[in-house]
Amino acid sequence: MSERPAEYQWLHNHLLGLEELPVQDIRFLLQTAKGFEGISTRSVKKVPALRGKVVVNLFFEDSTRTRTSFQLAASRLSADVINFEAKVSSVSKGETLRDTARNIEAMGVDVIVCRHNLSGAVHQLARSVACSVVNAGDGQHEHPTQGLLDIYTVAKRYGREDYNLAGLTVAIVGDIAHSRVARSNIYGLLKLGAKVILVGPPTLLPSGFAELGCELSSDFDAVLPRVDVVNMLRIQFERIQGQVLPSLREYQHFFGLTRKRMRLARPDVLVMHPGPMNRGVEIDSGVADGPNSAILAQVANGLAVRMASLFLVTSSGRGELLEKGRGEEN
Amino acid sequence: MGIRSRGDIIAGQLAKQLKPDHVGTLDITLYRDDLSGVAAQPVVRTTEIPFAIDDLDVVLVDDVLMTGRSVRAAIQSLMDLGRPRRIWLAVLVDRGGRELPIAADFVGMDLRGKIATGDQVRVRLRPTDPEDAILIEPGPGRNVSA
Repeated sequence: MSERPAEYQWLHNHLLGLEELPVQDIRFLLQTAKGFEGISTRSVKKVPALRGKVVVNLFFEDSTRTRTSFQLAASRLSADVINFEAKVSSVSKGETLRDTARNIEAMGVDVIVCRHNLSGAVHQLARSVACSVVNAGDGQHEHPTQGLLDIYTVAKRYGREDYNLAGLTVAIVGDIAHSRVARSNIYGLLKLGAKVILVGPPTLLPSGFAELGCELSSDFDAVLPRVDVVNMLRIQFERIQGQVLPSLREYQHFFGLTRKRMRLARPDVLVMHPGPMNRGVEIDSGVADGPNSAILAQVANGLAVRMASLFLVTSSGRGELLEKGRGEEN
Repeated sequence: MGIRSRGDIIAGQLAKQLKPDHVGTLDITLYRDDLSGVAAQPVVRTTEIPFAIDDLDVVLVDDVLMTGRSVRAAIQSLMDLGRPRRIWLAVLVDRGGRELPIAADFVGMDLRGKIATGDQVRVRLRPTDPEDAILIEPGPGRNVSA
């Protein structure tokens, strides 16, 4: 196990995105997640690390799995969890979000886990409150814990204990344009040294991603044999405005991960999907439930990554509280 | 059952001679009650106990016993993993300074009453450290050769 330098400090009291998170902090969070992984298999699935802390799930957009995952992560750390579902129309933003958050904060909350349909809303929230904020997905911008759990799944499968992904090639396939999952994956994967190929129809594949260092392709069959990991995304119908696809059937024909297409891939290729899946559109049932699929492992790893995220954002700045003259406790 | 990060090394060395049925490693970071007072970033590592601890006689192994808070955390952690029949405590050094009613069953070096409260006791063990050593560093204002 690699030792961190003694002077290393996690200094972030928010987790907003992987774009701004330095690579050593991404690695440290993933290493911390490894320590949390075993808790889910114990007889008492709880540790007292966040005892007495309050975590609020503030979701402005529908979500079942992410909210449940955060809720379970918080309760396994012994925190109290409150779910606050606030559906809002797109016009009542700005002050409303800020006021809602500050009202919740005034109740003595330690962490707000926020999902919002507008990109950047969670960053605005973080600026207006003193408690920690974790981004559970903001618009088309970022979904950092999903990116981290995807990376964790890749590293675990390929035995990269140091979370250095050099030499691995990851294809992210589908609706790149509207995907916050894609963005968080791209930032994280590139920082850790992986090669990233974005695959999708040109209407869903903004050319700007090439500037980040990604390869872009609309020929899935040509890309598939070259990759170690294929991450299939859902078409985000709720975010799409206008006509971007001739038909779902055509999309499935060119970009669906079918059993037939799987024959082009390496035999040990890792298949991932952030969920929820549209079986028969971007992925066939036989592939989703097949031996290459890591989809359920992703869910389990998500719990460990979210526990690590909540633990670290509430632990930041602990060094400043150090009692003078006190050494390591025995 | 060694407590990270040096108790596990001592536990491994003891196991070579005592040949117990199982050897495990306990990470107690998440059970500590003083996280806000720890100098360096607390690093959460894995607990490696690939066996059921129900009805077992468990010897907890740590490098230095001082306040007893690590041992309290380790006991709580073990209780969450199952129900051992009995828990013993073995430490390389007991330096005194208890803040909890905890006593070791086996002590390698007893420094209670022999050093001042402010003195630092550091255990160095290979391979984590370059050498095997117990270092006593005088606290502020004391001039003692160790």
